Formats: sequence, structure tokens, C-alpha cells
Amino acid sequence: MPREVVRRRRYGGHAWHPTLGTGPLPRVLTLLALALMTVIWLVPFGWGVDTSFKTEVDASASGADWIPKAGFTLDAYRTILDQGNLPVWAVNSVVIAVCVTAITVTISAMAAYAFSRTLFRGRRVLFAVTIASIMVPPQILIVPLFRQMLAMNLVDTYAAVILPQVVAPAMVFILKKFFDGIPRELEEAARIDGAGSFRVFWSVVLPLSRPILAAVAIFVFINTWNNFLWPFISTSDPQLMTLPVGLSTVKDSTGLRNAQESAASILGSIPLLIVFMLFQRQIVRSVATTGLGGQ
Amino acid sequence: MASVSTSARQAAAGSRRAGSRWAAATGRRRSPGGAGWLFATPFLVFFTLFLLVPIGIGLWMSFTDASLTGHGDGVFVGLDNYTEAFGDSQVWQTLGNTVWFTVLTTVPLVIVALVMALLVYTGMPGQWLWRLAFFASHLLPVAVVYQIWSMLFQPDRGMLNSVLQTFGMDGIAWLTDEKYAMWSIGLVTLWWTVGFNFLLYLAALQAIPDHLYEAAALDGAGAWRRLWSVTLPQLRRTTALIAVLQVMASLKVFDQIYLLTKGGPNGATRPILEYIYDTGFTNYRLGYASAVSYVFFGIIIILSLAQLKIFSRRED
Repeated sequence: MPREVVRRRRYGGHAWHPTLGTGPLPRVLTLLALALMTVIWLVPFGWGVDTSFKTEVDASASGADWIPKAGFTLDAYRTILDQGNLPVWAVNSVVIAVCVTAITVTISAMAAYAFSRTLFRGRRVLFAVTIASIMVPPQILIVPLFRQMLAMNLVDTYAAVILPQVVAPAMVFILKKFFDGIPRELEEAARIDGAGSFRVFWSVVLPLSRPILAAVAIFVFINTWNNFLWPFISTSDPQLMTLPVGLSTVKDSTGLRNAQESAASILGSIPLLIVFMLFQRQIVRSVATTGLGGQ
Repeated sequence: MASVSTSARQAAAGSRRAGSRWAAATGRRRSPGGAGWLFATPFLVFFTLFLLVPIGIGLWMSFTDASLTGHGDGVFVGLDNYTEAFGDSQVWQTLGNTVWFTVLTTVPLVIVALVMALLVYTGMPGQWLWRLAFFASHLLPVAVVYQIWSMLFQPDRGMLNSVLQTFGMDGIAWLTDEKYAMWSIGLVTLWWTVGFNFLLYLAALQAIPDHLYEAAALDGAGAWRRLWSVTLPQLRRTTALIAVLQVMASLKVFDQIYLLTKGGPNGATRPILEYIYDTGFTNYRLGYASAVSYVFFGIIIILSLAQLKIFSRRED
């Protein structure tokens, strides 16, 4: 067995990738490059975290001082949490993001399957229209959408925030591309065994697509969680606001400063970090178990 | 093993070529059209209600003098708004800024993402840390990105200028100098959004079959040879996908520019979407704003179709 393959096994199959060299020097250089890029990417993030633990005086005074003169403090967090509505907004964000993600992934996967693996009249035209709609800048739809919600009597409801956000043509496009790559032999075998379209979708295509489904779910969840403009326009009741919208109203009314804004930002970002870390394991495991990375 | 990989590739290519015939055969046998509709309908209902219908309403408004203050739908004015838009120097200037931003960001956002993915996918210990480091910034809402970077960019007390001064260089007016403002926004955009492309590349790397590398290693291919002859060709479809998605995303830039510079200094960073937003929401000219939207929309469609054509031709 060649040394390359042995080494690959030692590094745990899929975790190791033989693109770069395997000697000590390439590995050290790789590690250095990784560490450098990581530091560059984490510094702005770290600065935000650092600022959130400063007093307001230190937060607005310092240049590149990571250690504040007055020491670290939790004051900014205490002030933010005392504002009251934060838990309500967090719950709203969770409800809305979960609903949008569940609906989007379901209908997008079904549509992508229809576009990739079935024949129906108008399939090509409808797919072309779907792709074309990726190019529509969402900002230009805000006014017509708001008029629609008024007409449907949905303003200031969860439905008004959720429904327009479940249309994700880009996700249909990504899923369709992935479905296109699934070997047709697998589907053919299932069809010979007597499986219909629904069975093929459920038992062949979906299990093979878990990594991409997880990825799509994460992206939709993140986009929904961070979406500002539409939730801001479609809700005026503080009890219905999402976290980013709610935090922006706090900022307006009390004039938050650097440390408090940073603390609010951290609090608003933690749920997403947790979701990503949970799904990250899911993605890796899915890749391993479906054998998509191997064979 | 080398022969296995070649035959597998041939089989894959063959099945792709025979795809439509295959689909026609099984489709007719198993799903006589109706199944496809059944699967597509839920998406198409939402798609029609919340995308096509508002597009239609917006298009109608572009032929009227609708304003945000009035309750009516405005008076039909024919092509007046469009004639005005084509003669409006602001439209062309902000469109130019948008295209410049797209050019400025797309290449780094593809290359840096690829480098990140290649580096992470080398089996270095601490995978979760690298993945999180490169993706964490993508998890931040734009208001948070604005908050962090406006602190870093401050001319007197900001961290970036302190670092420059440590190295004996002059500080830069990151956001207020016309020469640098768009580059600064490009930098923020790269930092904020590259994680998405990075993850797409990472998924694509994981999907490359190991046997290709085993075969290449057996044939004596070194690390660089494997990178050029196996990895990069295998990533071509992903690169095309990322490039197309990135250009479309960059053309739609609005949030970070609006927050960081409000389009300034002297309109140097003002994208066309901000002009549309200002026209509609500050000057209350919804009809005209809609018309400019549709001019922009038309340009995007032409650009994207050209791009899709280029990339699909290269794939053959």
C-alpha cells in the first residue's frame, strides 16, 4: 500500500485531504497559513467581544487597547438584559426562523426534485423563471409586498413575517444542482424495484442529500435570523419583533453606546453560533455515513 | 485503480449525456407528468404569491406617478418614468458604482474562499475551530458588522490606523476618502461574506472521490500535480456556481454601504439600490423608483444570462 494511502487512513479518511504535501515542512507551512488567516478573521470579532466587556469610557476611548484601563465589566450586558423585551424578541426570532427554515427546505427540496428528476409540462420554463428570479433584488419588492399584506389583512402577524421569506429560488437552484449529481443508477434500481416518484424522493434522493439539506437549512436559518428590512417593515408591535429589529428600537430610544451595542450584538449572535456548531457536526457525520466523500 | 477511476468518469459522463433520454424513458414509465407538478406546486404557489405578484405590482407602479404619501395607486403616465431614468446621470453613476463593487469583490470572494477551503481540508487538527473562524463572521447581522467595523475604521482612535501607525505608516481615512471608501467596503464585504463560499467549497472538496487521489498518488503525482490535475478540475462546477451566485449577490449590494457610508463620500460608494431606496422612501417617488428598479433589473438579467451562457459553455 503506498505511503500516501496509509497516511490518509491514519488521518482518518475524510478528514485528511491529499491536495497539499504530507511532509513536515508543507504541514508546518499549512498550519502557519491557517493560523494567520484565522487570526485575521477573528480579530474584528474578538474586538467586538472585547468591547462588550469594557466600560463605556474605555469602549469609546481606546485605539488598539485590548485591556481596558478600568478593567473588564459585565455592566453592558446587565444594562441590555434589563431592557425587558429581549426574551420575547428571542422567542419570536426562534419561532419565525424555525418556521421559515422548515417550510423553505421542504418546498425547495420538492421543487428541486421536480425540476431535476421528473418530467412535467412547462418544467424548463418554470425552472428558467425560478432561476431568473434569483436576480430580483429583494429591496425592490418591499413596497408591493407590504401592499399585499395590507390587502390580505396580515400586517402585524407572524404570517406576514414568515410567508414572503419562504420563497428561496437560490436554494432550489443549489438543491437541483446537487440532485443532478446523484447517480441515476441508484434511482433506476429503486424504480426497477417498483418505487414511485415519492418513494424515490423519500428513500433515495433525500438520504443521499443530507449534507446539502443541512447546509441549505443553515443558510436559510441564518438569513432569516439576520434579516432586517422585511421584519422591520411588516411588524410594528414590539411583542412581534425579531431580535435584530427589537435591538434596533432599543438603540433608537436609549442611545446605546459602543460597549452596550457590542453586548447586544453578542447576545444576538450566540444562538446562531450554537446552531452552526450543532449542524456542523451533522454535516460532517452525514458526509461520512452517506459515503459521498468516499468510495 | 487508475482504470477504475477512468471508467467511472466515463460512466458518469455517459449517464449525463444519456440523462434526458433516460428521464424520458423512466418518466413515461413511472411518473406520467403529474408527479412532477405535485412536487413543484407548493413552491410554485408561494413563488407566485410572494414573488411574481409583487413583481407585477411593481411593474405596474413603474408606469404611474404613484407616491408613498398618496393612498391611491397613482395616475398612469406611460413611459415617462423610463424616459427620465435613461437620461438621469444619477442612474448611470450609481450603476457604475454597483458594477465596480461587483468587480472588486467577486474575484477575492472566490479565491480567498477556495484558499480557505483547501487549507482547512488538509486534516489539520482543530477542524471545528478553523471552520468556525472562517464562518463566524457570516453569522453576524449587518447591524453588528457595521458596529464592529465602524469602530475599527475610526480615523483617530480606530484599531486599523493604530496598527498602521505602529508600522510607521500614515493613517488612512478609510470611509471618508473617495480613493479608499469603496475598497474599505470591499474589505468589510470580504470579511463578512466569504464564509458562505468557503463552506460551499468545503462541501465540494468532501464530495471528490478518494479514489481519484489514490489513482493519482499511485501514478506518482505530487501534491501540486494533484491540486492542478484532480482537485481544481473537480471543483470547476462549484466555482462556476459560486461565481454566478457571487456576482448576483454583489450586484444587489445595499445594506453594508448604506450603514457604513450612506453612499458617500460625494456619492463615491452609492449603489443603484440606494438611489432607488432614496428616490422611493426619502423623496416619496414610488413610480419613478419602480421604473429605475426595472431598468436595473433588466441589466441584471442581461448580465446574468450572459454569465450563465459563458459558464455552461465552459462546462462542456
